[in-house]
Amino acid sequence: MKTAEQVAREVRSGATTAMAELNAALSAVRERNEELNVFLHVDEKGARAAASRIDERVARGEAVGPLAGVPVALKDNLCQNGVPTTCSSRILEGWRPPYNATVVDRLLAAGAVPVGKTNLDEFAMGSSTENSAFGPTKNPLNPSRVPGGSSGGSAAAVAADMTPIAIGSDTGGSIRQPAALCGLVGVKPSYGLVSRYGLIAFASSLDQIGPLTKTVMDAAIVLEAIAGHDPMDSTSLPEPAPSLVAHVESGVVGKRIALVRELVDGADPDVVASVDQAVAALREAGATVVELSIPEFRLGLSAYYLIAPAEASSNLARFDGVRYGLRVKRDDVTAMMEATRTAGFGAEVKRRIMLGTYALSAGYFDAYYGQALKVRTRMIEAFARAYRQVDMLIGATTPSVAFEFGSKTSDPMAMYLSDVFTIPTNLSGEAAISVPFGTGEAGLPIGVQLLGPGRSEALLLAGARVLEIADGRP
Amino acid sequence: MTLRNGWEMVVGLEVHTELKTATKMFCGCANSFGSEPNTSVCPVCLGLPGSLPVLNERAIELAMAIGMALHSTIAPSTFHRKNYFYPDMPKDFQISQYDLPINLGGYLDLPDGSRVSIERAHLEEDTGKSTHLGGSGRIHGADRSLVDYNRSGVPLVEIVSGPDIRSSAQARAYVVELRGILIATGASDGRMEEGSLRIDANVSVRQADAPFGTRCEIKNLNSLRSLQRAIDYEAARQVDLIEEGGTVRQETRHWDENVGATSTMRTKEEAEDYRYFREPDLVDLAPDQSWQDRVRAQLPPMPAERRSTLRARISEPVPTVLDAVEVVIDLGLDPFVHAALDRGVEPALALARAANELAGDLDGTSRLAAAAFCDTLLMEQRGELSATQAKTVLAELLARGGDPRDIAALMGYEQLSSDSLGSTVAGLIEEFPDEWTRYRDGDEKLAQFFIGQVMKVTKGQANGKAVVAELRARR
Ligand SMILES: [Zn+2]
Repeated sequence: MKTAEQVAREVRSGATTAMAELNAALSAVRERNEELNVFLHVDEKGARAAASRIDERVARGEAVGPLAGVPVALKDNLCQNGVPTTCSSRILEGWRPPYNATVVDRLLAAGAVPVGKTNLDEFAMGSSTENSAFGPTKNPLNPSRVPGGSSGGSAAAVAADMTPIAIGSDTGGSIRQPAALCGLVGVKPSYGLVSRYGLIAFASSLDQIGPLTKTVMDAAIVLEAIAGHDPMDSTSLPEPAPSLVAHVESGVVGKRIALVRELVDGADPDVVASVDQAVAALREAGATVVELSIPEFRLGLSAYYLIAPAEASSNLARFDGVRYGLRVKRDDVTAMMEATRTAGFGAEVKRRIMLGTYALSAGYFDAYYGQALKVRTRMIEAFARAYRQVDMLIGATTPSVAFEFGSKTSDPMAMYLSDVFTIPTNLSGEAAISVPFGTGEAGLPIGVQLLGPGRSEALLLAGARVLEIADGRP
Repeated sequence: MTLRNGWEMVVGLEVHTELKTATKMFCGCANSFGSEPNTSVCPVCLGLPGSLPVLNERAIELAMAIGMALHSTIAPSTFHRKNYFYPDMPKDFQISQYDLPINLGGYLDLPDGSRVSIERAHLEEDTGKSTHLGGSGRIHGADRSLVDYNRSGVPLVEIVSGPDIRSSAQARAYVVELRGILIATGASDGRMEEGSLRIDANVSVRQADAPFGTRCEIKNLNSLRSLQRAIDYEAARQVDLIEEGGTVRQETRHWDENVGATSTMRTKEEAEDYRYFREPDLVDLAPDQSWQDRVRAQLPPMPAERRSTLRARISEPVPTVLDAVEVVIDLGLDPFVHAALDRGVEPALALARAANELAGDLDGTSRLAAAAFCDTLLMEQRGELSATQAKTVLAELLARGGDPRDIAALMGYEQLSSDSLGSTVAGLIEEFPDEWTRYRDGDEKLAQFFIGQVMKVTKGQANGKAVVAELRARR
């Protein structure tokens, strides 16, 4: 399948049309969606209209954007005007947002063609898409395995060659972990780089939107298109999108990189081996790699599972049956709200709402939420100390390759642990990228993670590009 | 009202005021009262999934202006989420300032010389408005509940006083003075009947100089009358309770205006846990010095200063005139009065027309030019308009604006002033020759007789002074 870069180039030159590319995408969806459960909704009509607009503009000789005619899959927690948006939850079934997320507007402005909405763990809470109310998504590389999560549908759309690129969101690893498990590049941008307006919040202080792509260059193109200040998001960085595409081939000569012990400890041997080979490749390319221990990373998981549920308990309060989505009728409003939320939310969402409510409650706040915030501050300080010594960090993205369905569903802690390497970056609000490097058990892909300070995306993309070449994808 | 047996009431007030911004606190929707339900709404103020708040700078400026007028410290502040479920709150949490409010400390001096300390004045968003149909009229047991989200996300400032108020009259004076400040700063129109000002009162009682007693909070007092009655009722209830050997429970109470009593809404044990935490969708608020300076530079004079300025221009401070001064200052109508005094209108007339006619139609004052107000009063003073006519002209100016001479002409008042009044008087002299003779011979009481006759003929549209002048001219 063509990369986004190729599609856009050929659309601009007239070698192909946006409609032809869309048709190819739609037929790939038709072929495998039933088996893999990737798309919850395909917006064929809207996509055709978007593709025609691009083709008309090309025909008139007008400039089209860097993603001209590129089909894109949207995680179903992004609002798209008039298109059903469910967060894979019964509670939002049938709801159509009356507005576009800023990211959707920017993709459209860049010429991309949104094809439809992809499956996720309900409200992005999970690491396998097994928590979707509409059934799990299967890993296209091996349908008995999970695609990862929560952006599992978006990862599968690209891995199954349905669309060249997809958009996900990453609260504790939800882009990078499925990217690793599906053999893709996935970026968790610095907090504030990409507007969250129109992303249905899970944990507002941790959520970031980012790309899932086949190549590092495509990730750079997409990120450059969707990044930059948005007046609709108060937490958006007050600066335009950084130049990324121009830096992809910058290499790592003279860069200092630290292999972080806590980002490989506990990983499967095949994963550790891949990270070691990635380190060797970076050295080969001219970087200096040292080893570093950042013990604070071990505290990340506990802090995350207090902060994220606490924010979620408040963010998800609005799903009460009063204004939109599911309403279970009862005689009075309190009973209606209770019945609606009981019927509408799945088990994992309820678990986290209860965890978060508890963590914020009077008498427990200081011991739980307050303590987690202190850990978060320590995490930020630990990252800052590391970045005074080195330019970026390297480690594994996930402890293992894609796992079997049902292998972790009975034990929430085991499932939570699959995000242990990705969570620290969300807590610090900094940047990280997962890039495929080597394969492991059952020939499944392994993801290597590069982490950098805030606004270091250009550096991370350049590092990932070095690994991409070393892994045999020049 | 003093309490019996040496009891003293201790009152602190929380005054919520809607800010008069053009748009809501976190979105671009118009902040307007009285539109069709759910027409001034968008994804943000409806709390639709994915929407995010962005702070309205004007709301911050008005909050700062209130703080400056109350001698508060403008402090770096943050926003929190106050979490509870209620259908008129679209996100099921309210964005409010919590432990770090924008305005810290301060005080308000009242006309009687007393000082009430201010603990804080913080920003928060308003909720929508529920209407419960059928059943009890409250949410539980209603047949149907309707929600209007036009008010959702309208900026509010909550001003919290210290427990310094010792009588319901002082509470009233505090609210009136505060309202004057809110109007002066342009923060609020101060209209309690439209819900622009909502008050919660914390009331406790104690023996003089004893430690504070347990307090009860009375919610949603929406008029000065309710405020005074509720405080007096509650203090008396607590005294009765204690003297009968009971103890006051800390609780939230509801004031029923019709019954004239407070009743338990929820006890301390039933109080909700709002699970406050920092609003992650907003950044911290720390207005820099130059922004603060700009706001301070634009602050108009406050009521206390304006009150003494206006009083200084009144030669005869009789009670009715002083009462009118209070009304005029409270409602911010003194610029009209000063303009009239500058043009030579007598203070009593200027104050009376401002405190009655203008105060009766505050909306209309935005349409009324000060010059038109002065011209009308001068016409009345010169006898070209009767008092009734002047009031009618003012009503018309308040309703539609315009030039008072045109309005008077249109209403046919002008003709009375010269020719018409002259011929009316001439006709009456012929009709009542005996009365005219007695008047001409010096019986001044007959002037009243002729004024009455003129009024009858002109249906009250003549000016008494003008009639007397006409009679004198013909003597
Ligand atoms: Zn709005």
